[in-house]
Amino acid sequence: MARITLSQLRHSYLPRPTGPDDYVLKDIDLDWHNGGAYALLGPSGCGKSTLLNIISGLLEPSEGRIFFDGRDVTELPPEQRNIAQVFQFPVIYDTMSVYNNLAFPLRNRGVDEAVIKDRVTKIAEMLDVTEMLQKPAAGLSPDNKQKISMGRGLVRDDVNVVMFDEPLTVIDPHLKWTLRSKLKELHQKVRATMIYVTHDQTEALTFADQVVVMEDGQIVQIGTPVELFERPTHTFVGHFIGSPGMNILPCTVQNGQALFDGHPVVLEGPIVAGPAEQSGGLTQIGIRPEFITFGETGVPATVRKVADIGRHSVVDTLVGEFIIKVIVEGAAPAQGSAVHLRFDPSKTRLYRDGWIATKEPEAAE
Amino acid sequence: MTLELRNITKQVAGVCHIKPTNLLLKPGHFNVLLGETGSGKTSLIKLMAGLDPVADGEILMDGTNITALSTQKRNISLVHQFFVNYPHMTVFDNIASPLKLAGISGSELQGRVEEAADILQIRPLLARRPQELSGGQQQRTALARAIVKQSKAVFLDEPLANLDFKLREELREQLPVLFAGRGAVVVYATSEPEEALLLGGETALISDGRVSQFGPTSELYHRPNDFTSANVFSDPPINAAQITKTGTTAHLNLETSWELSGEAAALRDGVYQVAVRPNHVAPVQTQTACVPLTGTVLVTELSGSDSSAHFSIGEDVWVSLAHGVHSYEIGAAHPFYLDPSKCFYFAADGQRVA
Repeated sequence: MARITLSQLRHSYLPRPTGPDDYVLKDIDLDWHNGGAYALLGPSGCGKSTLLNIISGLLEPSEGRIFFDGRDVTELPPEQRNIAQVFQFPVIYDTMSVYNNLAFPLRNRGVDEAVIKDRVTKIAEMLDVTEMLQKPAAGLSPDNKQKISMGRGLVRDDVNVVMFDEPLTVIDPHLKWTLRSKLKELHQKVRATMIYVTHDQTEALTFADQVVVMEDGQIVQIGTPVELFERPTHTFVGHFIGSPGMNILPCTVQNGQALFDGHPVVLEGPIVAGPAEQSGGLTQIGIRPEFITFGETGVPATVRKVADIGRHSVVDTLVGEFIIKVIVEGAAPAQGSAVHLRFDPSKTRLYRDGWIATKEPEAAE
Repeated sequence: MTLELRNITKQVAGVCHIKPTNLLLKPGHFNVLLGETGSGKTSLIKLMAGLDPVADGEILMDGTNITALSTQKRNISLVHQFFVNYPHMTVFDNIASPLKLAGISGSELQGRVEEAADILQIRPLLARRPQELSGGQQQRTALARAIVKQSKAVFLDEPLANLDFKLREELREQLPVLFAGRGAVVVYATSEPEEALLLGGETALISDGRVSQFGPTSELYHRPNDFTSANVFSDPPINAAQITKTGTTAHLNLETSWELSGEAAALRDGVYQVAVRPNHVAPVQTQTACVPLTGTVLVTELSGSDSSAHFSIGEDVWVSLAHGVHSYEIGAAHPFYLDPSKCFYFAADGQRVA
């Protein structure tokens, strides 16, 4: 297993890129530790698959270097990088038994049959597929086929990294949850460096110790699941993580005081000085629906819609022309009623041109 | 407009795929078909759309028997999970195709295509071909084609399943607005309980080719009439265990018991199945979640804003789902607290009794 370093990677599919818009990857620097569980999270088109292909060697970056354990592999072809990959759709040999499918990557490398038996038995046990080992792969359900694909990715213990590219796409939601848990468990047992690429926040946050959130060819935040939820450093992360995502509201700043629709809003801490205040850059307030409550005082709003989603309600409120979502457990106000919104100051941030611009209050001694 | 199914069934090679089904679907809200993959949602849609013949029973549209009518004559629209567009046509021609078939042309055609494109925010893309679009834009094109026709019934078969999470969230909000006031019966198939709740309207819970319950969506969630319905409407799966009722006490095992009230307290003494949703098993004690259960943590999960833990009590695996980020140590004992006021009780035949 290896530590993976990406240094100043840039990639363009155009022969002669001119401006930043021509790049699908813009200046990526990353350092992934040996044995870590990482996720690359972002919407379609954010560049995560391009990045994956660069790591696996299917694509050579326009600029920058890739290192495995300090060794420059930028020009190495995929077969010399010693990587295991699990794809969106199961890749297995239908004509072979489950056992032979799992043994295949090892036999390919001339591993001793006794060692193969040992590895395959262990992996099958971890995946709960022991009783299927002698069955032909052709008759398996899609989720079992994908489990075998995962097993093939994990069966070798000499790979530098195991990469998963949207591996649960074809799986039924009821089964996704067991496979999601399974993958986490596998990582804890195998302790290989694993990179999991997905657009699904639950998959990324469940699997990874550290999540890299990408948008438009850039890394917008690298953090633990808690950090991404509690304190997004970019409005995109606030929007993308959480369901519904963070409320992002336009605001103005006067003498260090944020005003939304004319109402003063108390923030987590002081606003960091920046050029935008003078130049009139875009300032926004970010507050998650979980951190707004209804009270006697606060920003006046009207209730536009209430969705009872069982364990809580999502209330759409209207302030002027802006929709603010609020999550409430228990009784929700009626549609059309007038309410007051209270933002939890410790969870209210200011963003300038997308990036966080409030200082976290110093932790109490 | 109404769409009514009277005792319809479907058989494939002598095997019953859809058991006798009765549904009265109305316009003005979404009619959700909720069930796991393979439960029969798509089969039902195919019967309603006339793509498959029924083995038995009748389908009525506005009271008229349409069972024998072909798909073309039923005046319906269909949107699939996979984006279906004509690859050689522009987005404009794709949207216009059902209108052209209906003999509409000229400025009326132009106007209606543009109106549909505006609603779905794809007007700037009208000159492009489908392969030049993102998945979300392709599905918007398919949806525009479904609404431009002004059909009597619209069938949406997991239309968002292949889209990105956030895009799904966005389109899911727009869809009910899109069909509001159109007078069509909208049928929406999904395998995700939360999606059904977000869409609201009425829901038919489908399991093993059978509608286990039909009614207002949130009512079904809060008051399932049997164990199957309670479980279909739960992701992660609902926690279930056996209890023994003696007097007004429910005994889960030697360590755990709680006091019953209301309907549950009035039940005859004996063995029942109890089921409680994961969000009513809390990782911290609250006023309502007050019955302690000690489990061994097996696996933990984190979505954007919720944490779940799977833990074992004896042979049973339970799941707790809570707001916020909670940390658990895998393999360690952790206290959880059950909310007895949210428990469902079922008799041996699976019917809910309290």
